[in-house]
Amino acid sequence: MSYTANVVRERGRYGPYGGRYVPETLMAPLEELERVYAEARADRGFQAELDSLLHNFAGRPTPLQFASRLTEHLGGARIYLKREDLLHTGAHKINNCLGQGLLAVRMGKKRVIAETGAGQHGVATATVAARLGLTCTVYMGTEDMERQRLNVNRMRLLGAEVIGVDAGSKTLKDAINEAMRDWVTNVRTSHYLLGSVLGAHPYPMIVRDFQKIIGEEAREQIQRAEKRLPDHLFACVGGGSNAIGLFHAFLGDSSVKMVGVEAGGRGKSLGEHAARLAAAEGFVGARPGVLQGTYTFVLQSANGQIATTHSVSAGLDYAAVGPEHAWLAEQGRAEYTAVMDDEAIAAAKMLARTEGIIPALESAHAVAELARRAPKMKKDEIVILNVSGRGDKDMETLSRYV
Amino acid sequence: MSDAAIPKPTSGTQTFAGKTGGRIGRRFRELSEAGELGLIAYITAGDPSLDATGKIVLAAAEAGADVIELGVPFSDPVADGPTIQRASERAVRGGTTLAGVIELVRSLRMHTQVPLVLFSYFNPILQMGIEKFAETASAAGADGVLATDLTPEEADEYRTALHARDLDTIFLVAPTSTDTRLALIAECSTGFLYLISRTGVTGERASLPEDLPALARRVRRFTKLPLAVGFGISSPEHVSVLGGIADAAVVGSALVAEIEKAATVNAAAGAVADRIRALKRAAREGISKRSA
Repeated sequence: MSYTANVVRERGRYGPYGGRYVPETLMAPLEELERVYAEARADRGFQAELDSLLHNFAGRPTPLQFASRLTEHLGGARIYLKREDLLHTGAHKINNCLGQGLLAVRMGKKRVIAETGAGQHGVATATVAARLGLTCTVYMGTEDMERQRLNVNRMRLLGAEVIGVDAGSKTLKDAINEAMRDWVTNVRTSHYLLGSVLGAHPYPMIVRDFQKIIGEEAREQIQRAEKRLPDHLFACVGGGSNAIGLFHAFLGDSSVKMVGVEAGGRGKSLGEHAARLAAAEGFVGARPGVLQGTYTFVLQSANGQIATTHSVSAGLDYAAVGPEHAWLAEQGRAEYTAVMDDEAIAAAKMLARTEGIIPALESAHAVAELARRAPKMKKDEIVILNVSGRGDKDMETLSRYV
Repeated sequence: MSDAAIPKPTSGTQTFAGKTGGRIGRRFRELSEAGELGLIAYITAGDPSLDATGKIVLAAAEAGADVIELGVPFSDPVADGPTIQRASERAVRGGTTLAGVIELVRSLRMHTQVPLVLFSYFNPILQMGIEKFAETASAAGADGVLATDLTPEEADEYRTALHARDLDTIFLVAPTSTDTRLALIAECSTGFLYLISRTGVTGERASLPEDLPALARRVRRFTKLPLAVGFGISSPEHVSVLGGIADAAVVGSALVAEIEKAATVNAAAGAVADRIRALKRAAREGISKRSA
């Protein structure tokens, strides 16, 4: 019998990061997902159906808007906003949900399971499940259910079952644990519709592939508007799906600098933040490790217990980061930084008042980092910032600061 | 993750890793000669304290447990049901670490020769360092390791390090495992194979799955290693029919639940010992391997 481990190891790795660390019960389903996805990718009918849904149901392409008043306000680079917030359901998450929803149908799975932090992925999954006639169960930390109540009601209206998770820090990580337990139990009938570039291979690859349309569109749009490539890209990074979605089409363009913005929370000590890659700024506790199926940078104790995290933004409040981001950081291809809760709130207010856009608190982190840097940039430099979602869901949190 | 040289896989027919025969292989040979189903007891280490776990393990060994799995508590136990999740949470909160569990093994070895398996999620092992883990666990007197979220594909370095220290590498097989996967897992396992009886997390269930005998037969086609069946095994009734199917039964959540209920450490040790005696009786008096 031939020994295949080395061949398998090649796949699903971004440098040393990524891989597939799951209980044996999930290995065959992951292999099936990988195989079905490869077939779907080669199938023109699949791509045509996805394109049609993205266009007619979700509202693609999204605009690349020149933010003239924000540009003037910050007084530096020319700023363009990629308006993923205008998509159906209010965030980029629907791109991936439509793709994976079609994969679930292709695999003959009648039920989808999802985790959600801010509720945007949960809402997008519930929406796609309704559209495709699948049943849907969403796991959500009880703290997140409290701070994103509007999205809980939206999911229920769409026919999804929302199950509160009362373990650990009652946020995204705990919701993923519970979704994995459901999947391992109902693996023959259910597809786990993972919402970010996290988890075991092939998830980080599949989610990135379904999100990379953001950057592909933006690349074309900026060349039409400015006749050249941008100098800087900005995106927030929780798991990192909207960031990888924007970055991916530009990875080969060495002149394009990329900044991923993590949640600095309320402090730099372990438990106070969700900055996994911004260690250079003094955030403590991230080391390579294995969490929820993948080898990547993880906030943890010296003994390998996963740390609790904090962010005002539920979608960034997570102890690990997508493995491809860990690799981009290690190579220096993208830079990762973190902004604090109050800076993100201020940035949301600034974007609302200069451009008439209320961003999701997640996206507001990217806006805050841009606000630090844009004034120091030359006036002919070009920036694209991904407004990954809109802020309606955050009105309860934001209204405390108005 | 180093790209250490890939070791030549050990033969699937080898039942122990040690040069002179490990405690696990020896125990399974004794059971086989007696035609008796083995009983493997899982206990979450550090729940409610490592001292308590030490007493409970000795009571379990005394009561007839053939192998004891010491669960290393982890903050995010994705493969576990509510009972072991709660135990894990109590143990982590109490400050239990992998190093502490290995220390417990060392102190247990002064009192018992029962085979001891460390049952852990991969991250604590990775953070200690795979080499250092293998060295200290082996020196302390552990016999084998099972990492719940580690499959052979990601385990080259781990297997090399553990086998170099005569530690058995026990991997899981599941109802969803394809024949290709069963062959790979069998090739990479030593000591015994752990068969997950059903898709799902750990925890007590009313009955055994109907397709378990067929599943066990399918797994046997790929290995001569002893086969232990776990997940959802809790009662003497379950154990009494397993003799015809497997070489050992793993009981976990039912024991952990006894520890959770007990008011004192002595009561916990007593309750676990009572459970094990009842299960062991069922293992001896039920369908034996010989009659099957």
